[in-house]
Amino acid sequence: MKKAWRNDAYSKVTGRAQFTDDMKLQGMLHCVPVYSQKYIHCKIKGLTGLEEAAAIKGVVRVITHKDIPGKANFGQIVQDYFMLTVDRIRCEGDVIALVVAESREQAIEAATLIEVIGEELPLLLDPQQAMADEKNLIHPGKGSNIINHHKIRRGGDIDTILADCDKVLQRSYYTGHVEHGYLEAETALCHERPDGVMEVRGSMQHPFSTRRFVASLLGCPLADVEIVGNPTGGGFGGKDDTAAMVCARAALAAKLCGRPVKMTYKREWSIRESYKRHPYKLEYTIGLKGKMIHAVKVKMLADGGAYTSVTPWVTWRSTVQCCGPYQVENVHCDVYGVHTNNIFTGAMRGFGAPQVDFSVEQWVEDCAQALDMDPLEFRRINMVTQDCETITHQKLDNHIVSLEEVMDKALEISDYVNKSKQNSHGSFKSKQSFSSGKSDAPVAYDKLYGIGLAISYRGCSLGAEGMDFCSAIINCQFDGSILLEVGIHENGQGAESAMIKLLQRELGVKQDRIRYNRPSTSHIPDGGTTVASRGTLMGGGAVVHAVENLKKIIASSVYEKLQCSVEEVKIDQDKVYGPRVTMSWEEAMHQMFLNSDYPYAFGVFQAPKVDWDEETGRGNAYFTWGYSCQIAEVEVDLKQGKVQLIGVSAVHDAGKVVDMDMIKGQVYGGFTQGYGMGIMEDIGLKEGRIVHNNFNKYKIPRSTDMPDFKVEFIQNPDPNSPSGAKGIGEPALEIAAAATANALHNALGKRFDHYPMILEKEK
Amino acid sequence: MNKSMINGKEMILKQDDLEKKLIHFLREDLNLTGTKNGCEIGVCGSCTVLLDNQAVKSCVKKVSHIVDKELITIEGLEGPQGELHPLQQAFIDAGAIQCGFCTPGMVLSSHAFLLKNKNPSREDMRRALKGYLCRCTGYQQIVDAVELAAKSY
Ligand code: FES
Ligand code: FES
Repeated sequence: MKKAWRNDAYSKVTGRAQFTDDMKLQGMLHCVPVYSQKYIHCKIKGLTGLEEAAAIKGVVRVITHKDIPGKANFGQIVQDYFMLTVDRIRCEGDVIALVVAESREQAIEAATLIEVIGEELPLLLDPQQAMADEKNLIHPGKGSNIINHHKIRRGGDIDTILADCDKVLQRSYYTGHVEHGYLEAETALCHERPDGVMEVRGSMQHPFSTRRFVASLLGCPLADVEIVGNPTGGGFGGKDDTAAMVCARAALAAKLCGRPVKMTYKREWSIRESYKRHPYKLEYTIGLKGKMIHAVKVKMLADGGAYTSVTPWVTWRSTVQCCGPYQVENVHCDVYGVHTNNIFTGAMRGFGAPQVDFSVEQWVEDCAQALDMDPLEFRRINMVTQDCETITHQKLDNHIVSLEEVMDKALEISDYVNKSKQNSHGSFKSKQSFSSGKSDAPVAYDKLYGIGLAISYRGCSLGAEGMDFCSAIINCQFDGSILLEVGIHENGQGAESAMIKLLQRELGVKQDRIRYNRPSTSHIPDGGTTVASRGTLMGGGAVVHAVENLKKIIASSVYEKLQCSVEEVKIDQDKVYGPRVTMSWEEAMHQMFLNSDYPYAFGVFQAPKVDWDEETGRGNAYFTWGYSCQIAEVEVDLKQGKVQLIGVSAVHDAGKVVDMDMIKGQVYGGFTQGYGMGIMEDIGLKEGRIVHNNFNKYKIPRSTDMPDFKVEFIQNPDPNSPSGAKGIGEPALEIAAAATANALHNALGKRFDHYPMILEKEK
Repeated sequence: MNKSMINGKEMILKQDDLEKKLIHFLREDLNLTGTKNGCEIGVCGSCTVLLDNQAVKSCVKKVSHIVDKELITIEGLEGPQGELHPLQQAFIDAGAIQCGFCTPGMVLSSHAFLLKNKNPSREDMRRALKGYLCRCTGYQQIVDAVELAAKSY
């Protein structure tokens, strides 16, 4: 067996890795958040219990919005989130005050004494109603509860076109809130340094975003805040806003108390306060002409909850990908993000795609059925192909469109066609024994079997969502060792190790020379957030460009010694050489020292230009696309109401693979999260309150829920990505629930129009 | 006098400490921070330690539970010179580590399991790890790691 390698594996397997809550500082205080137990939506008339709380033994300070030196409100797009509430509570997760004490227990005790004096406001919990309500506004200043509206208008008048179709289908789908479920809850440790800089450590996904939150709350310049990277115990898109706010609050407490402050969340607080994946309501009307999807009219409502966060970006991706990976002549799409008094929603792995994929990949099969066609055949006829145009008029001609190849490979490794003959379709008629992928034992007679598939294409990185650039620094030492820094963040996915491997591959030196130096926000330019599966793509691009620069610097320093021209200098296999003379890497680095030249290079990767027209929904939305197919096999025990996943096959074109073990780990983990979302994860929302606030009730997949996977890659190095890689984090997740839904349909003979797809026990 | 063996060293437990939650005692008082806190209600397994070679969740135990027992945390699994236990090496080799937050609990629970089960199937391993959550890996490479290490038990 080839052995896997990661730079952080040793520290993590020995317990040495220092996550933020594992660290202590001399004289450290503990800070906890205070929530209202009474209100979800109210005007705040005042707070009670502040003095009583301050009188509890050990309490050092009680903090309210009045103590904030900077701005209470912040946000990535719209600054409508209050890090400490000012005049309103808008959802259950709002923080009304902070308590700082010598011990965490003391702070927690004191926090229970504080409550809001409120004037109750009507609860808006249904996005449809909230959208129509012009009187009760969650943010009165905004004039409406609508956060954003994206659209696509392609082709002529959609109703006329639909009326002219051979067949028309109507389908509606609903999806639930999903919790990220990172095992490490939010945590921060802050102290003000003697030089006046607020030093912040914490669990987060985006140090630069965190820095903006901290600086805004403290009212200081960005340069006066330094975010130092610590290991992060999982993110999945969920450690941006909330994690940043926890850091900002801890920094505020440290500033006000003049002592180091730690703020570590309990799981219950984390689930209560952190943003979730958006619930969607999707209404599709699909018109078929011949064997083609001729027209699609779709309206989506996304529940953005009380705050904007990145809802406009999430819903934008749903807009661009509203028809799944299919070519459709006429599209009329409206996607709304809407405020409600539910917990706010934001980035989560998949980012507006899983809801759409869950819907499209089901109605595509319904269309095939309506035409009496094989769903695979129907997909082949309608899917995106080389040089075709997407629904937003983007020509797919700058990379290899491998969707059909990806699907064929998945069909092959899963033995899909043969196995689908065993689908139960709701009756126990097919009782032959067959290999379930788990063992060769015959399947018991009282279970239903189904195999299901889903495909997708996914725009890589941020697209027209935002600024997309990243940098890398290679700092070779004169003894031959190398320090690497990249403006992306290690969330646990192995980003640092991937960067090391890329540097090793591109520069042609031994891997063990390279040490990844996790940069702080004061050491490297803002590289954007490590979301949108962009770490390897963008960070890798920056590394490749830095290597190109470094090679030139080395060549122009050592060429004379190598008795050749600058252009003839090559680096490979740990050697620097020309046609006549060869130096070891160490000799070359030493030579540069003698020449007073720094073997130091900076590299930048700027994403190629993308464009978008908000009015027509026209544009080159993403600079390249990845392709996926996942297949799930289930057994259903109707009596127990239990679904057992017995096989998974996944094939992805994520460009050139940097590290096989790590990319497979992404697929295993991504599918598992998507499957959990599809089949079991439920925050138990009751009147705006999250009842399932710990892992006893918020169930996520366990080892016995998952089978062994078969995973393969189609590796088409992407010409738009300097490293050839495209990213995998999200493709791995986005179609798992859709594949499972189709498998369940093939087992049960009926469809779910919502997730989580929880079966009732038979009575 | 209340005593316990913690990672091979005898330790005298103060009367005042006996009622503390074991996880807090380990993390806050002994600085054994490899023991992680993921839920604090006994359902995620991140806080797992070995008590007389049984995997227990330290967030639902008190310090009084370790009196006269031998306790091993993740810090106590490696050899005296920092040599990795074969199971730890297997977690690295199989690529079973992503964010690493679940890793100490996974390693210790698998260790307890392998001590008692000589020739486990992958299904047995999955059953044994049922009480331990991992949000990153989908479990496959963790099961691979346990399978890889099983040979050295
Ligand atoms: S922290 Fe003890 S089981 Fe989760
Ligand atoms: S590796 Fe992240 S929770 Fe297991």
